[in-house]
Amino acid sequence: MRSVKVAKDLVAASATPMVLGILAEDASYGYAILRRINELSGGELDWTEGLLYPLLHRLERLGYVESSWQSVTGERRRKYYRITDKGLAELAEQRRQWDTVVDVLKEIWLGLGDRGPLTAIPLEGRA
Amino acid sequence: MTAREDQDKLEAQFAQWRQYVQRRRELLPSDADELEDHLRGSVDELVAAGLSPDEAFLVAVKRMGSLDELSREFAREHSERLWKQLVLTGETGSPVADTRSRRDLWAMVICAAGAVASVKAPALFGLSFEDDSSFYARNFTLFALPWLAAFLAWRRQARRPLIGILVALFALGAVAGNAYPLADKSQSVVVTSIHLPIALWLVVGLAYVADDWRSSRRRMDFIRFTGEWFIYFVLMALGGGVLSAFLFNTFKAIGIVPEEFISHWLLPCGATAAVVVAGWLVEAKQSVVENIAPVLTRLFTPLFTAALLAFLVAVVWTSHGIDVEREALILFDLLLVVVLGLLLYSLSARDPLAPPGLFDKLQLALVVSALAIDVLVLLEIAGRITDEYGSTPNRAAALGENVILLVNLAWSAWLLLTFIRRRTPFAALERWQTGYLPVYAAWAWIVVLVFPPLFSYV
Repeated sequence: MRSVKVAKDLVAASATPMVLGILAEDASYGYAILRRINELSGGELDWTEGLLYPLLHRLERLGYVESSWQSVTGERRRKYYRITDKGLAELAEQRRQWDTVVDVLKEIWLGLGDRGPLTAIPLEGRA
Repeated sequence: MTAREDQDKLEAQFAQWRQYVQRRRELLPSDADELEDHLRGSVDELVAAGLSPDEAFLVAVKRMGSLDELSREFAREHSERLWKQLVLTGETGSPVADTRSRRDLWAMVICAAGAVASVKAPALFGLSFEDDSSFYARNFTLFALPWLAAFLAWRRQARRPLIGILVALFALGAVAGNAYPLADKSQSVVVTSIHLPIALWLVVGLAYVADDWRSSRRRMDFIRFTGEWFIYFVLMALGGGVLSAFLFNTFKAIGIVPEEFISHWLLPCGATAAVVVAGWLVEAKQSVVENIAPVLTRLFTPLFTAALLAFLVAVVWTSHGIDVEREALILFDLLLVVVLGLLLYSLSARDPLAPPGLFDKLQLALVVSALAIDVLVLLEIAGRITDEYGSTPNRAAALGENVILLVNLAWSAWLLLTFIRRRTPFAALERWQTGYLPVYAAWAWIVVLVFPPLFSYV
């Protein structure tokens, strides 16, 4: 598989709905969230700790998530993050926006698909 | 290597890494915990994949990226952490420091309450602010400063002999302020009211340096303390002024004039309490907030130098002698005090090992121009002390101060000059200033104790 490097801006913009989405499934901690993102993207999305933890702290400040130090039996004490009602509402809102964006992009790209591969556009345009 | 040894080594590496993280102001201890957990998760996974703990640690740390980058990202979310905040009680991260700062707070509250009680106590014996203003003028520092000294002595766990000396000196101050039969309007009352605070403040200094009173470093710390204390006190006084103005005007708007409450309770109680609170603030913030006095001296040294030089040029240009009125000597004493203050607080913030620079030359210019002005004033005044008024406590005190400050500044100028020419180390200048402190104390006590009988209680 060819490696796709996702642009920094796009990573930053999509990070919030991704984290909220993962936390909507279940409470989790930093390392597990990072692993999950890695798995889901097949290693394409390379988040750093410098991205994740300040983001989690910001979401906490905004009241979308709440955190607590817990020790699950047999494991280390960890800082778990849990999504709040406000966070769920924000997630729904973000989802609506992303759906719109993705829908539009799909429409455009499907239309292009009829006219052949993307690389051929300039040539066709000239013809 | 056994698994046990591996584990110990890994723990040592984690401990070292934690130290690096904790040095970053952007990262709180709780962030360090969180990041350490992350690192451990990473290491566990790599070990499970077959790496040795050593290798796993290296890879995991490498993956986390540089601490610089990480702190930068944290700083974007937590920009408030870059502003040093004064944590008054608790939450410093270490329980020992927390208990200590809480105990300090309580000691301060007790001392401030004691100061407030002492300023109001004489009222119980029928001494009112209006009728006995001279009593309060002579004694106002005696109400507050012993409590500040008590707070400092408590904080430094002063030994019994020192506490005994402190008590004896404050008692001596009380005697000097009240035992002599001075008329309310006499000059000696004014002179005592000015010099007793100086003498007592240096007693506070004794409590500040505690058992280490010979140490030049500790004395310099006291000079720093004095500057910061003064600035905090002025700031609190400004706040108190705003509070009084609002209180007065809002109550006046509903027909109640709280004049008596403000002048009999708020002002005296607030001022005495502020003396202790300012001392506590300086102690609490010592390593948290940068000293402000040196910043002010940096700003004002060039401006004062320019002003004094302009004055000297004007004197020479117009060849107009300095008109020495009755109060003029006091004015020029104050000028010398300001120049000395500018010098002292620049010294207090200077790195003793740094080579002489432009600022040192500027200071030399400041001191020399102040000396030149003072010499002109002294020449003018030389004939006056024996004129028809004769010598009075006012003039004798002012002249004495002038001589003391002149000697100090003249020798400072000499030391500055030799320092700039790299003949003497900077420490000589510092030692001269700290060594001079007892001279001020001795003079203040002489004025307070000897002057009234010497001038037959005029």
